[in-house]
Amino acid sequence: MSTLTPSQPLSRRFARTRSGWRRWPLASAAGAALAVALVLLPLVFVIVQAQQSGWGEVRRLLFRHEVAVLLWNTVRLGLACTVACAVLGVGAAWCVERTAIPMRRLWAVLLVLPLGIPDFVVGFGWVSIDHSLHGYWAAVLVMTLSLYPLVYLPAATALANVDAGLEEAARSLGLGRWRTFWRVTMRQIRLAVLGGCLLVTLALLAEYGAFEITQYRTFTVEIFTEFQLGFDAVAACVLSLVLVALCVAALLGELLLGGAPRGWRSGTGVARPVSRVPLGRLTVPVLAALTALCAAALGVPLYALVYWMARGSSTTLPSASILGALAHTAEFSAAAAVLATALAIPLTTLSIRHRNRLTLLIERVAYLPMALPGLVVALGLVSFSVRYALSLYQSALELIVAYAILFLPLAVVAVRAAMVQAPARLEEVGRSLGRGPLSAWMRITLPLIAPGLRAAFALVFISSATELTATLLLHPTGVNTLATQFWAYTSDFSYGAAAPYAAVMVAISAVPVYLLSRRMTPRAGARRA
Amino acid sequence: MILAYSSVVRAAPNVLGNPNRCATFLSHPDRIDRIYALRPPLPAVTIALLAMALPLLSACGSAGGRAITLYSGQHEQTTALLVAAFERQTGIKVEVRSGDEASLGDQILQEGANSPADAFYSENTPVLESLREHGALARVAPSTLSAVPARYSSASGEWVGVSARVSALVYNTSELRAASLPGSILELAQPRWKGKVGFAPSETDFQPLVTAVVRIDGQPAAERWLKGLASNATIYPDNETAVTQVNNGESELAPINHYYWYRLRSELGASATHSALHYFNPGDVGEVLDVSGAAVLASSSHKTLAQRFLAFLVSRAGQEVIAHSHSYEYPLRPGVAASAALPALSSFHPAPLTPAELGDGSAALSLEQKLGLL
Repeated sequence: MSTLTPSQPLSRRFARTRSGWRRWPLASAAGAALAVALVLLPLVFVIVQAQQSGWGEVRRLLFRHEVAVLLWNTVRLGLACTVACAVLGVGAAWCVERTAIPMRRLWAVLLVLPLGIPDFVVGFGWVSIDHSLHGYWAAVLVMTLSLYPLVYLPAATALANVDAGLEEAARSLGLGRWRTFWRVTMRQIRLAVLGGCLLVTLALLAEYGAFEITQYRTFTVEIFTEFQLGFDAVAACVLSLVLVALCVAALLGELLLGGAPRGWRSGTGVARPVSRVPLGRLTVPVLAALTALCAAALGVPLYALVYWMARGSSTTLPSASILGALAHTAEFSAAAAVLATALAIPLTTLSIRHRNRLTLLIERVAYLPMALPGLVVALGLVSFSVRYALSLYQSALELIVAYAILFLPLAVVAVRAAMVQAPARLEEVGRSLGRGPLSAWMRITLPLIAPGLRAAFALVFISSATELTATLLLHPTGVNTLATQFWAYTSDFSYGAAAPYAAVMVAISAVPVYLLSRRMTPRAGARRA
Repeated sequence: MILAYSSVVRAAPNVLGNPNRCATFLSHPDRIDRIYALRPPLPAVTIALLAMALPLLSACGSAGGRAITLYSGQHEQTTALLVAAFERQTGIKVEVRSGDEASLGDQILQEGANSPADAFYSENTPVLESLREHGALARVAPSTLSAVPARYSSASGEWVGVSARVSALVYNTSELRAASLPGSILELAQPRWKGKVGFAPSETDFQPLVTAVVRIDGQPAAERWLKGLASNATIYPDNETAVTQVNNGESELAPINHYYWYRLRSELGASATHSALHYFNPGDVGEVLDVSGAAVLASSSHKTLAQRFLAFLVSRAGQEVIAHSHSYEYPLRPGVAASAALPALSSFHPAPLTPAELGDGSAALSLEQKLGLL
């Protein structure tokens, strides 16, 4: 057993011998402080607004039968979708990363792409195929198919990074393939999978567009109603407090299930890539299953877009305005993805390498804005910036920061999964051998967490490119993005004119995903398959 | 564990320094692949930093001189036509922010005194009434108000009516005949329409109908009617969906504003249109006029220019842009005729309620919330 070493306790013991500031590296602490300040902005807004309402108003809003219905709707949808996304995401990730499946790179791209389709397009695609698709199961179907990539991507990244040694040891000790998967592989990727499930739950809490179409009512739908028909930010913020509470419950749940993050490693040095299982007779069924998944998650909405383009008389060929919108979308989303990924590094460094109650709390706080509707986060930023940073109001920078706040949890989950698999002791060794802190980090930790950084970039980029609510409030006046143009045309019935914008949105989402799939252990184990 | 640690220390110089020696020590070549395949992605970092910097640079220039900022909840294409005509006529530049009218209303309230908006143009009046209640609107110039009949504008003169739509029924022509259609919106709550009617309770266009029933028939009657309607109906997220689904035959009929059907027909073409419009009996509580209005914000620092924009909206030139656009709305200025496809506005006898009397829609909202429709 002496060669099976949990990296975490060792590094903690190592850290204990250092002086105080080393346990809390200055750069990480500063980065984390910035991240926390940003994510607290919308929360402070919610609390300040909510406390303006009297107790009577809170009672009127929260203690009525309807709220119990909404709560039940929200919770049962969250549970069903999260489980379904976990099964689909891990299953698909295992097939792509761990089996000798044909056309791996193609699958790796296709399976993530549903994330790049705006939720209202997914919902509309399904409803236009089957008009009677409404209610609970419709919502579960639509949301599972659009959110499973949030589990797939972290799980695939983690699976590509697991250490083959442990699995081989388990197999050599007589454990079957299935039980090895459960008892060894799943434990190594558990944090990534749980993180993905957490993202699914939070995204569901804040979802609006798809539920509007499938006519399923959750808390966020109610919050939008308060905003849209009551023009009542106070009431909306009181209801948002319930979402914050649900989010805290989800975070605690993940913590209880996840326990302390540990990257188990066998032997020394870096992990050795894993081998890929030949599928044999299962090739055809596995391919059929993945094809069905892609057809449902990607094919149905794309079919709706093609249908619009073919049928609508307002179809306009891609013009100069679509290129301008494309450039802005790419620019804002890329900048937001870089910012969110950069903020995720200090947060995860602290919560994994310097784990204590405080650092864990700091990391958890970063998830809260994701459970809030985009409109609430955007209004929070409006309210803050008109008071304290008027020159930034409705600037590109503010929109980028808004995206980064909204999607920081995506980056944290992706980076966290990689950070667990990058033992701190390797960097410490580099330091002990004379490298400076920056050099050791750049040469050792950065390359090791790079897959997680790429996944983080891709997730935030795609989510930002399809974000609409906050974009409408915060984009610089006169600057259009793909999402705002798509919205402008659909709200005017010009589905034919709108469809190309959605198609371009899907296309640019494919770019980071393609680059990501190229980098994910291209040479691993293929020779053995 | 000590063994493991010391072996890492021994491995490290190789890993960091010489790959060949590392190979002999670590015994498995894949490990070196892993380390060296993952060089620090410096070019990527550079590109990323550039990506961050670009939008900051492009955010610099700003329009000086004679310019106003317009927050618009009206359909973007109509707004764009109006703004282009105004800019041509006056040389005043208009920066347009289009968005959902309710979100824009919430945004204006959050912005308060620092709002960059000078004028607000909305599709419906409840949001304007709500802003008026919060003291966010300035008074509209009397000459602008007098360009349209007073009943279409704010009673206290804080917003001006620009165009109007009429509520009506859309019905599927292969399922229903015109003769069998209800003359009053109240009939939609009767059992004979069970499972046949659709509607969009969360639409800003539906609130005025509820408000009208509350005002004219009283709260208890309105509650009974809404309950009956809800138990008969399929619920849609918006009027666009409602009219599309009636056209598809999923529902047989739905209360909407007239222009949704005209727009659907112009998008689909006459051959794919399997639906038609039916207007309620003259004077029926379901025949409500929905007005689109505009206002100058109290916080504006360009009030004179913003007033000129409002004056243009109700001028003959502005009203003709509305009459000829794809939006199928009724211009409100006397003497400007609507699109020839529409029945004349004077042929309607809408329920005796002014848009201002329809209020901010809060009575309708609480009733719908009480019945679980929202």
